[in-house]
Amino acid sequence: MKKYTSGLQIGRRGFLTGSAAVLGLSQLPRPAVAAPTKGGTFRVSVNQGGTSDTLNPAEASGSQQIMVGWALRNNLTEIGSDNKLKPELATNWSSDDAQTWVFKLRQGVTFHNGKTLGTEDVIASLNLHRGEDSTSGAKSLLAGVADITAEGSDGIKITLSAPNADFPFILSDYHFQIMPVGDDGELDLSGTGTGGYTLESWKPGVKTVLKRNPNYWKEGAANFDTVELLLISDSGAATTALVTGEIDAVQSAEYKTLGLLGRDKNVAIESISGGFHPTFAMQSSQAPFNDNNVRLALKYGVDREALVKKVLRGHGTVANDHPVAPSMPYFDASLEQRAYDPDKAKFHLKEAGLDSLSVSLSVSDSLFAGAVDSVTLFREHAAPGGIDVQVAREPGDGYWSDVWMKKPFFTSSWGARPVPDMIFATAYSKGGDWNESEFSNDTFQQLMLAARSELDEAKRGQMYGDMQAILKDEGGSVIPFFRNFVYARRADVSHSEDVASNWALDGYKAIERWWKV
Amino acid sequence: MQHLLRLFVQRLALGLLTLFAVSLVIFLSIELLPGDVAQQVLGQSATPENLAAFRRELGLDLPAHTRYLDWLGGFLQGDLGTSLISGIPISDLISERLYNTFFLAGFAALISVPLALILGVVAALHRDTLLDKSINVATLTAISVPEFFVGYILVWIFAVELSMFPSIANLSEDAPFTDRIYRTFLPALTLTLIVTAHMMRMTRASLINLLALPYVEMAQLKGASQRRLIVIHALPNAIAPIVTVIAINLAYLIVGVVIVEVVFVYPGMGQLLVDSVAKRDFTVVQTACLLFAATYILFNLASDLISIASNPRLLHRK
Repeated sequence: MKKYTSGLQIGRRGFLTGSAAVLGLSQLPRPAVAAPTKGGTFRVSVNQGGTSDTLNPAEASGSQQIMVGWALRNNLTEIGSDNKLKPELATNWSSDDAQTWVFKLRQGVTFHNGKTLGTEDVIASLNLHRGEDSTSGAKSLLAGVADITAEGSDGIKITLSAPNADFPFILSDYHFQIMPVGDDGELDLSGTGTGGYTLESWKPGVKTVLKRNPNYWKEGAANFDTVELLLISDSGAATTALVTGEIDAVQSAEYKTLGLLGRDKNVAIESISGGFHPTFAMQSSQAPFNDNNVRLALKYGVDREALVKKVLRGHGTVANDHPVAPSMPYFDASLEQRAYDPDKAKFHLKEAGLDSLSVSLSVSDSLFAGAVDSVTLFREHAAPGGIDVQVAREPGDGYWSDVWMKKPFFTSSWGARPVPDMIFATAYSKGGDWNESEFSNDTFQQLMLAARSELDEAKRGQMYGDMQAILKDEGGSVIPFFRNFVYARRADVSHSEDVASNWALDGYKAIERWWKV
Repeated sequence: MQHLLRLFVQRLALGLLTLFAVSLVIFLSIELLPGDVAQQVLGQSATPENLAAFRRELGLDLPAHTRYLDWLGGFLQGDLGTSLISGIPISDLISERLYNTFFLAGFAALISVPLALILGVVAALHRDTLLDKSINVATLTAISVPEFFVGYILVWIFAVELSMFPSIANLSEDAPFTDRIYRTFLPALTLTLIVTAHMMRMTRASLINLLALPYVEMAQLKGASQRRLIVIHALPNAIAPIVTVIAINLAYLIVGVVIVEVVFVYPGMGQLLVDSVAKRDFTVVQTACLLFAATYILFNLASDLISIASNPRLLHRK
């Protein structure tokens, strides 16, 4: 997943223990009942990353870098297992106008090298993502930051150029890890942090070994003595290694083999609903997509229930052409779910003055498992409405540079965001770098800016509801479903009752949150 | 002998020329691939602004020939350079992987070469019997199946069902030698099954050809045993074709095992090369490809030299 994504959160309810259903495990004690125990080695395999991955969080993308980064370091804020925003290196934060924020730093926290956490470390770590020479993938997230200064010995004052009530959520993004400033004044990117583990060996693309930090400040966290993180890109090899006990958890389990895997009593499967979703994005400034009737015809031409059932094997929920998942705050449940209706598709085509429509939809299986299948099914669904969707299979290598936002109609995929504003600003804001559907709507734009400075929750909710309706009825993307995170662990690895749904493996924090029984 | 030495020097010089041509072809191919390092690393989070900053930092904004000559200059002075992305010196990046690759190839060769030779001789000795046919069918079956499938079958039998060997290599640096042997046994066995047939059949065919010659008949009439006939009289004359096939297979064991590396999660050169191509990390790709090309050149050279040395007519020709 190359997508730039920030932290995320989603409702905790999607958590279903697939294994219990398949295995009849219900008589076994729920893992949540047991308190964490210390000790043991945790071997976990991930499938995103390569030999060239670095420890620089500005360049982080993919699970190898994110998981190692969060084992070594902390952020100012984090998304907890319950998907709520939690204090991490900041103990609290406040703002009167959503424009000037003051974060109080946790006292007595030391880095692995013995240095005490100070305001200079936080300022330098955040500034890594700012300024003209920054190569950070998260540069645009901090684009609204005008100034970062120290306030006293334990306060960080961040001034924004415009109000943003969700700003503390942004700081939970995996890019914004806090690193120490060295004696030479340079930021230490070598892996030194305040996290629960220290780096024993770092061989990107092969294996990373971590040792528990005996001085970790967080209670009840970092339970394993040793952690080995392996990169296994072949899902067959990863699944076999889990079954044979060579590893304790895998980042992703394939739908096709879930049934077989579920029969193994030593393996537990997790299926966690979240906000990860694909989009079929149209460049809506160009013909034929500049006519909203054409966009609506395509939206009515997809059978979402069938996609969830056939492509995701039930491990997902239908979406409503906007990126706010049911588990996110401000999700508008009263908005009517669009149903599959070829007649309406035909009607809107006629409104657009067309008898039939032929479009080519670019897709690659590297986007997510089942991407090509989704588009192929979409083709079948759309045909009765007079729409011919040609499946254009593109190579996964170079997809983001040569297909995404280059072709008129293409498939994309987006990770979960903790709040609607983050995905709206990233992918639906006029003039934004990642506005993949070239969406441009003045009302939407005004609501987005107004909601950021609105501190009345009811009014904010109303605004976000209106924005969801605008995207649903006028947006340039068909959003068919939200995909669950489906992964597996050995049954002797345990976690708390809540499991974060921003990423797989407990929000990519299984290393510090899980334990061995 | 002098002839041999001259040939060696000549071929070595030609080899260097080939390496230079290879480096040029690889550089141009990578230039032709869509996207560059900056785009591959930043992926979806690439904006024109941070792409430009990234390219400035890596010197990607320089013209292609400047970048190639810079790299070549360093390379000729023994400086392999650093990975464009991670900044790790390429010598560090490659040394351990190269050792892993040679270890696995050597392990597989130690099993497969003697095995192929013995099976070939046995098959030739018992030509057209049930034994000969069984050997042929078994080795041909192994080579006809895709290598990842052979790997999965071995994993299923030895790792899942019998729990005798681990399903993934997962090597640790400080693991004792015996542990390394144990952990690489399944990949080595997979490779053995894949390369044995080729070498075995060449051994058998060369021997059978020789057995039809008059000098063998003469030895037979003098009362030499079947075993002596083959091992003393025929085998030395079959060395040239057999060595050629062995060289090709050994080179394959080093450069062609990406799929086996993937199945067993074995950290060798193949995986490194695939990763680096995907990320357009040109310096790493160059070095890895040159190593592979050099391997082929050296193995071919060695097999030619052995073939000539084993044949007095070539060695002492006028």
